[in-house]
Parts: sequence; C-alpha cells; structure tokens
Amino acid sequence: MTATRPWWKTAVGLVLTALMLFPVYWMINVSLTETKDLRSSPPQLFPLDPTFEGYAAVFGQQLPALGTSLLIALGCVLLTVVIAAPAGYAIALLNLRGGRSLNFLLLVAQMIPGVVMAMGFYAIYVRLGLLNSVWGLILADSTIAVPFGVLLFTAFMSGLPKELLQAARIDGAGSWRVFTAIVLPMSRNSVLTVSLFAFLWAWSDFIFASTLSRNADLIPITLSIYSYIGNNTTQWNAIMATAVVASIPAAILLVVAQRYVAAGVTAGAVKD
Amino acid sequence: MTTHSTSAPPAGSAATAPRSAAQTPGPTGRGTTAPTDRTPRRPTSGRWAAAAFAAPLVAYLLAFYAYPLLRSIDLSLHDYTIRAFVQGDAEFVGFANYAEVLSSELFGKALWNTAVFVIVSLAFQYAIGLALAVFFRSSFRLSGILRALFLVPWLLPLIVSGSTWAWMLNSDNGIVNSFLSAFGIGQINWLTSPDTAMAAVVIANIWLGIPFNLVILYSGLQNIPEDLYEAASLDGAGAWRKFTSITFPLLRPVSAITLLLGLVYTLKVVDIIWIMTAGGPANSTATLAIWSYREAFGTGQPDMSPAAAVGNLLIVIALVFGFVYLRVQQRQEKS
Repeated sequence: MTATRPWWKTAVGLVLTALMLFPVYWMINVSLTETKDLRSSPPQLFPLDPTFEGYAAVFGQQLPALGTSLLIALGCVLLTVVIAAPAGYAIALLNLRGGRSLNFLLLVAQMIPGVVMAMGFYAIYVRLGLLNSVWGLILADSTIAVPFGVLLFTAFMSGLPKELLQAARIDGAGSWRVFTAIVLPMSRNSVLTVSLFAFLWAWSDFIFASTLSRNADLIPITLSIYSYIGNNTTQWNAIMATAVVASIPAAILLVVAQRYVAAGVTAGAVKD
Repeated sequence: MTTHSTSAPPAGSAATAPRSAAQTPGPTGRGTTAPTDRTPRRPTSGRWAAAAFAAPLVAYLLAFYAYPLLRSIDLSLHDYTIRAFVQGDAEFVGFANYAEVLSSELFGKALWNTAVFVIVSLAFQYAIGLALAVFFRSSFRLSGILRALFLVPWLLPLIVSGSTWAWMLNSDNGIVNSFLSAFGIGQINWLTSPDTAMAAVVIANIWLGIPFNLVILYSGLQNIPEDLYEAASLDGAGAWRKFTSITFPLLRPVSAITLLLGLVYTLKVVDIIWIMTAGGPANSTATLAIWSYREAFGTGQPDMSPAAAVGNLLIVIALVFGFVYLRVQQRQEKS
C-alpha cells in the first residue's frame, strides 16, 4: 500500500479539502471585493482586481477591539496555566485525596451550557461592578479552558518517569522544587497545548463577550464583528476583512502547532 | 469567596505552602538517624503539599463554577426584574418560573427544534467524519497536510464562520443560491424563511463539527491492528466488507464516545444559531439554548428568571447524557 502511493487518492483528497475550505476561501474572496461588486450577480468567484478598502476599514476601526481581545486572551492563558498546572501536578503525582472526584467534577463542569454560566456571571457582576470590564471577561472566559487544562496536565504528568521524581526527592528536593525544576520543564508541550487552546477559546468567545461586555468602551473583536453586521449590511467586504483578521490566531496555531491541536482535540478538547 | 473583586484565587497560596511543607521531609540529621523514622511523616507532608497545589483550583471552581450555578438556580426560583437585580429584593416564587416555561407554547417547539438540530447535525457530522477518517487512514502524498487543513473550521472563531455562512446563504447575493440557479433551482430564502432556516443553521453546524469527528475517529482507526485487514484481504474481503466486519464494529467504543460528547456539546450551541438567525424567523431555529439566551440577553428587556429556568432544564438534559457518556467511558477503561 505504501510502496505505490496512489495519486488518485491525493487528487480526491485535494478536492475534498477544497470543498471543506470553500467557506474560508469565500471569506477571503469577499474581503477583497469592491463594495460596488458585492451585489453583482452571479458573485465574482475570484478577486481579480483585489481592493483593500475592507482591510483599510479594519485597521481604521478595529485595532482597539483586536487589542482588547489580545489582552483578554493573554490574561486567560496566564490564569488558566497558573490554576491548572499545579492542580494537574497534585492529581497526577502527589496522590491528591479526592483526585478522582475532582477529575469527575471537571468533566461535568465542561458540560454546563455557556448560557447558564453567562447568566450566573451576569447576576454576580451586576453586584460587583465587573460588567463591561476586561477583568470580568478574563475570569469568565477562563472557565472554558481551566477544566480542559487540568485534565490535560493530569494526563500528561501521569506519564512522566517516576524514577526521576523519586531521585529528586531522595536528593532532598521538596514538592515545590520538583514541580518547578523537573515537572514544569518536562511538561513544556502540554503547557503549550493548554496555552494555545486557552488563547483561542478566549479570543473566539462570543457568549460571554455579548452578555457581560455589551456596553463597554473596549469590546472584543468577536462582538465588534457582530455589531458591525447589525449596523451595516452593505459593507460585507469590511465585515469579511475583519473576519479574516480575527482568524489570524487560528491560522498561526495551525501552522505552528498542528501536532498539538490534534492532540488537544483527542484529549477531549471541546468546542462550545 | 464571594467578595474578591478582580483577582483570581491567589497563586501565592500554592507557591508558599508547599515550600514550608517541603522542609519537613528534608534530612533530619544526616547520617545519625536511621532513615526509617522518615517514612511515617512522608505521607502527611505529601498530603499537605498535594492539597496546597490543588487549593487554587478548588477555590477557583467554587468561585467561578459553583457560585455562578447557584446564582442561576437562585434566579430561576425568584422573580427578578431589573430593579430587583440592583436592589436584591426579588420575590421568591418557587417553581413558578419552571411552570411558566413548561406550559409556554414555545417549549414544545424549542424542544423539537433542539432535537432536530442535535440529531441531524450529529448524524451528518459523524457519517462524514467517519468516511473521511477511513479515507485518510491509508496515507498518501500530502495526506498529513490535508488532514491538518480539515481542522480549520474547528479553529475559526464562531463569529467568523457564522457571518461567512450568513453571507454565503444570503438570498439575493449569496454564492449558494447563485450556484443552485445554475442547476435551475430558484431562489431559496435560506435564513429568512421559516421552512429553510433550520436547514441553514444545521448545514453550518455540520461543517463546524466534521473536524472534531474526523480527528477522534481517525485516532480510533489508528488503534485497529493492520493484520486484521491483511487477514481479511487474504480471505478475499473487499473494501466494503472490511468496513462492515472490521472497522465499524471495532470502532464502536470510539463512536459511542464521539457521539455522546458531540451530543452534549451540540445541546449547548448558542453562537452559530444566534449569529445566523437569532432563533428566527418565527422561532423556527429557537432551540432551548437560544430561547434561554434570548430571554436573558437578546431582547433588550432582560427577563432573567424564565431564562434561567430554561437554562437549568438544559443543564439537566445535558447532564443526563453527560453521565451516560461517563459510564460508557468508565466501562471502556475497565475492558
């Protein structure tokens, strides 16, 4: 089978991939179309004379929103890793009492509908004055990634060679030293995977942004696109240009860390 | 844990405690005492260290999962108006909100819409995902790269996918209708007609779900021993026979997990439907999740109490299937 790699399979694969990615192509195509040609019938299949007016609009109006999303996503990464990595260590390597129940709770936590969490957060934030704040969104968005992060760290750290940890203990290293000097450096890949997903989910979040941050001065990019659609349905090239820019993190992720993405999905990664 | 305003549970608590705990198992008098007296103290200090490392997570779960959930239950048992929100003096009404929701004429419709959305989405996502996984199983030139590209829909922000599909399905200028008209099919008002709006959001959702199914089923296929297929070839089995007698039966556990996970997550879907149709037209795409979201945040007249009641009913449904999933998973770990 491997000796003669059939070319027809590659051809079929290319066609299937092209079909699957057609919406992505279409988004890019529309983003490069001139406003007057958006309504042409039939639509232009190729951006023959590409225009960047859509992208000009993005950089004219959307930079604050992109910055806000970046800030929220980075805050989310930090919070998720700080909470999840030590917990994974405790469950996987320190025989935490109740570790199994904690794992079970984390699985259940991932099944709670986002809309319910959003209502709960809304009720709490109204009282605390955290509505429309970057902090509020960082906290809310992190709830998407933390359970996943703990489960992933636990699974990964369980596989670390026990002899190494025992040797360090015999040398007199305490739990904290073992964690910072051995476990964390060896878990670099899982830290990266968790960070990538935490970033992407916070960056992509719509439910929390649209409920907890509706009247903020600084709104995330997802909400910015949404209000854009609501306000002007003629400027689809600008909307699609914003969408293309908002997809950049996903594209980077795919190019840089494709292996980790697949690993993350199979580790029970979920998309809300 | 209800008063901290902006900071997460302090990581410092984890950073300092283990240090002090870690000093206990240190050498107590190197070379003079027998090492045996260190063993009984080990577990206790280890236990404290474990608890300290897990403490931030436990505090976090209490503050950001348990508490919001309690608030959501509290919302559904009171009659919250906007004024009551601010003053915190909502009237306790017991299960009145649930009764109101269950007797609402939208309830049956939302339940039906949810069932249609979930079942049709899952059936197609799974079937297409499985077909692709089988296709990619035998590696060929570029297969790795193409498989990676299939992840793209799963990675894109939902607002991006939703708005792209909305424009593709636009009645007058959408590429989909333009494509169909080449085959003599007249204009379909995908998102503005109650007859087709559900089909439109389901199509977009199937597209979104294919990567997830493909990746998990593909990794399941990797665990089926190659020699089974070789033996079947020697017995003269064709491709279809191999699929029905080997692939599909042996993939059953992975399939069960994939479908149950997909079910729990499809039940919760808000973004893609809200972005494309906002539950309309005429409630034709109003699932339970959308109904809850709309009551609470979508109308400009927040009606949190019934919204929370709908949301909590959704939790119950999701958890029922969630526990089935966990049971299946446990059984598989045992075998």
